[in-house]
Amino acid sequence: MSNGKDIYKAKCQNCHGENGEGLGQLAPPLTDSVFLKTNKNRLACFIKNGANESLMIHGKEYKEKMPAFPELADIDVAQVMVYITNSFGNKQGFVPYSQVSKHLQNCK
Amino acid sequence: MNKITAYLASSLLAVSIFTACKQERKLPFYGERHAETVRDAAGVEKIDTVYQTIPDWSFLNQDSVVTTSKATDGKVYIADFFFTSCTTICPTMHRNLATVFSEFKLNPDVMFVSHTIDFKYDKPSVLKKYAQKLGVDGSKWLFLYGSKDSVYTLAEKNYLVAVGEDSTAKDGYIHQGYLVLIDKDRHIRGAYDGTKEEQVEQLKKDIPVLLAEYNK
Ligand code: HEC
Repeated sequence: MSNGKDIYKAKCQNCHGENGEGLGQLAPPLTDSVFLKTNKNRLACFIKNGANESLMIHGKEYKEKMPAFPELADIDVAQVMVYITNSFGNKQGFVPYSQVSKHLQNCK
Repeated sequence: MNKITAYLASSLLAVSIFTACKQERKLPFYGERHAETVRDAAGVEKIDTVYQTIPDWSFLNQDSVVTTSKATDGKVYIADFFFTSCTTICPTMHRNLATVFSEFKLNPDVMFVSHTIDFKYDKPSVLKKYAQKLGVDGSKWLFLYGSKDSVYTLAEKNYLVAVGEDSTAKDGYIHQGYLVLIDKDRHIRGAYDGTKEEQVEQLKKDIPVLLAEYNK
């Protein structure tokens, strides 16, 4: 978990904020537990490959581009994913590494 | 005057300067300076220090309106260099600068000027969307678009901020994240790393100190 936090601080916090609050309409907050749960199977792909589509977070539309992080190994993606889905008021528990790897092989 | 009185006189002077500093903090001047001979109102010649001065400029703002240095006349302002598709330091710089903006939002003497260094993509309409999404769109925070030459020269020669194109950088450009504090006479009075919260807090403390110079 501490490694997940370090990755978050180094690569994600600039846009998503220290407390997952996001940055205006430029970057969405990571506090929408319902969104995170419903999109559980896509989070790893968002994190590794970035995102560029319209997303509804807390009832607001976001459609700026999130950059890809190709330098993150599967295990790093798993760790930062566990960190965000168990911080900022989210409580989704552990994400098995094997599952993250599988998701990453099937990114669209 | 013998040596001892000279020594006393100079240490007295030092003490009075020191107490003056303690009462009123004054911000330093940055950049190059030179001495110039000027005449005062009575026509008497004296030597004056001339500090580095931001020259006249003219760019398009986020509403595609030609905007010149007249816009900041009589204002204290904070300038920086960024680009909208920057995924590294810019979000942090502008997250922090937005907190300075909200603190001084109601002060008519303070302005914000962000220059894009992405002359290819950051046309005024792109800047407009960015400002709106950051939540700071208005005439108090200018987002300016200009040619590569004019913006890069202004950054490096005048504001002393390094900028450049770099195809090996993650987003194609490199630049420093300084927030540069400019006084009403267009002199540089401070430079704060916009990615460091402590330095941005210092900027918030220094703006009122600078404004106080004009209330005498
Ligand atoms: C340059 C800014 C930026 C950086 C850096 C960034 N993101 Fe994002 N992120 C975005 C944007 C913009 C979106 C929305 C993308 C869209 O609408 O397609 C987003 C969407 C997301 C989402 C899904 C939407 C949500 O709010 O739940 C997750 C999860 C996410 N990012 C996690 C991360 C993680 C983890 C990192 C670090 C590895 C990261 N982001 C780094 C800008 C960024």
